[in-house]
Amino acid sequence: MSESPLLQVSNLSREFDVSKPLLNRLIERLPQQHLRAVDNVSFAIPKGETFALVGESGSGKSTIAKLVVDLIRPTSGRILFDGKALPEARGKEFITLRRRVQMIFQDPFASLNPRWRVGDIIAEPIHAFGLAGQMETTVTKRVEELLDIVGLAGRDRHKFPHEFSGGQRQRIAIARALSAKPDFLVCDEPTSALDVSVQAQILNLMQDLQDELGLTYLFISHDMSVVRHMADRIGVLYLGALVENAPAHELFRNPSHPYTRMLLDAIPDHEMTGRVRKPVKGEIPNPINPPTGCTFHPRCEFANDRCKAEVPTLIATTGEHFASCFAVEEDRLPKAAAIA
Amino acid sequence: MTTEQTTGDQPLRPSLWRRIVDSDLFYSFIRSPVVVVSAVLTLIIVLAAAFAPWIAPHTPFNPASLNLMNGFTPPFSVNEFTGDVFIFGTDSQGRDVFSAILYGARVSLLVGFSAVAFAMILGVGLGLLAGYKGGWVDSLIMRVADVQLSFPAILVALMIFGVMRGVIPPQQQDQLAIYVLILAIGLSDWVQYARTVRSSTMSEKNKEYVQAARLFSIPAPAILFKHILPNVTGPILVIATIGLALAIILESTLSFLGVGVPATQPSLGTLIRIGQDYLFSGEWWITIFPGMTLLILALSVNLVGDWLRDALNPKLR
Repeated sequence: MSESPLLQVSNLSREFDVSKPLLNRLIERLPQQHLRAVDNVSFAIPKGETFALVGESGSGKSTIAKLVVDLIRPTSGRILFDGKALPEARGKEFITLRRRVQMIFQDPFASLNPRWRVGDIIAEPIHAFGLAGQMETTVTKRVEELLDIVGLAGRDRHKFPHEFSGGQRQRIAIARALSAKPDFLVCDEPTSALDVSVQAQILNLMQDLQDELGLTYLFISHDMSVVRHMADRIGVLYLGALVENAPAHELFRNPSHPYTRMLLDAIPDHEMTGRVRKPVKGEIPNPINPPTGCTFHPRCEFANDRCKAEVPTLIATTGEHFASCFAVEEDRLPKAAAIA
Repeated sequence: MTTEQTTGDQPLRPSLWRRIVDSDLFYSFIRSPVVVVSAVLTLIIVLAAAFAPWIAPHTPFNPASLNLMNGFTPPFSVNEFTGDVFIFGTDSQGRDVFSAILYGARVSLLVGFSAVAFAMILGVGLGLLAGYKGGWVDSLIMRVADVQLSFPAILVALMIFGVMRGVIPPQQQDQLAIYVLILAIGLSDWVQYARTVRSSTMSEKNKEYVQAARLFSIPAPAILFKHILPNVTGPILVIATIGLALAIILESTLSFLGVGVPATQPSLGTLIRIGQDYLFSGEWWITIFPGMTLLILALSVNLVGDWLRDALNPKLR
């Protein structure tokens, strides 16, 4: 990472106010309650690479996605895209930044307006960002071109979203994101609503697009096998905090954090290697009232008294590999079985 | 790259007429005879009212064309002095009741449609605003709606009418009466639209297509009208149809109470009020025929609205 990364997230935190209404609080004498959905998260994504965020439900993956595209604002911390922060940009600079950072949503059945024709859906960013003037072709031609790029027919632009399958809708959503000519795509579980057979097609399409257009992805998923297919670098989230951050091959070969090991152990063994799978134990704790010390200690088999009292920070284990765990720091973890 | 192209070169869309005939709605329509009859009756009354000047055999409110000798002619009978025949009879001044009904239905329908349109625009606009903005804007609009809903519609309309009476100078009152009536009925009926639209807006605004639009820096008013509005209009049509029947009845009630349109432009309600003075002296037709027209109109519109509500509800299919 010699040159400056395309996206730089530093010390990002976001709290949500989950207090009861003012009147109830006054009557029942309850304090204000805050939920820390994202807790001091930092990572960087170099241009052209894919950074994946993995974690269970409620680990703050989607909140980070919304923070990065500025659908919600952070409580603290900064998100720099190409050295500039979206919430602080004004005027023309804001529009350009807005255009360059786009998002592919999780549910292709909710992300396309059911009353709009596909052609209008895909053309919306072109009109919204005033790109029509800079193009050599007409908007209609451009829409057909985009449909062709994502593997649909140009005449499909006359149809409504309900006439398509989930995979086809996700292709339309990708075409819409591409029509803004973005550099950076946030993909919030783009395949989790799709059939397994279609997932691979969409993932391959996204990889092809990355190669052709030089896109940079923030890829969010709870599916380790999908992440392994896509990511250059992986960040593991637990209860809003990054517990491990490592290059993809390194993470799978040598997982450090006990939580990462637990997730990797749970991957289905399709190759029938006879690997002993351990089911994931326990559930993610209530983020309104997180455990003391390391938030993972109630589920961790290596936890000791220090884990219950102190909060670990991300430390480098080997080179580009970071983990936040006292057991790793004190080197008292048994060697993990690599999942090659 | 893998492709998932849709097969065949079939024509893109069938013709509009074809789509109407093939639709579930049309099927359910021709399968319910009551609704077909109601729709036809509504259509006849609306058309008859719209073309009243060409259909009506007499111009009932032109004093020059009236002949007092024709007064109190019973329906379907020959007047003993003039030899004229009136199918629905005449009133005390020799006015043809049939013509009066046509012109009266015209006023009733005009007020009904306008009031519904006004209530719809107001209610949908405020509902969208409340649902999208949330917070204190939402609280303010919905509390006003709650307060208004705790009064009967007729009371609200009477109140607005009373206030307008005080505001408008007396010489303009007759000309503006119709507009005041539309305003009063519309203002007493917007709450339903606002509530329905607000709740749908609140669920639509969190859907991902709205978030996507925000990523394209589409301004909030454009998101509201181009994205959310087309997705919340479904129930509006149903409320508007049933609301039309209610508005027509409310207008007639107000006119019956004497606070509606001026006597020079009688609506169905005014005709019923005038006629009921003669009910006990045997001239029943003066009030019964306008009453029947109002009944048929309100019932038909209501039945069509009820059917529409059921037919458009996917859970009842």
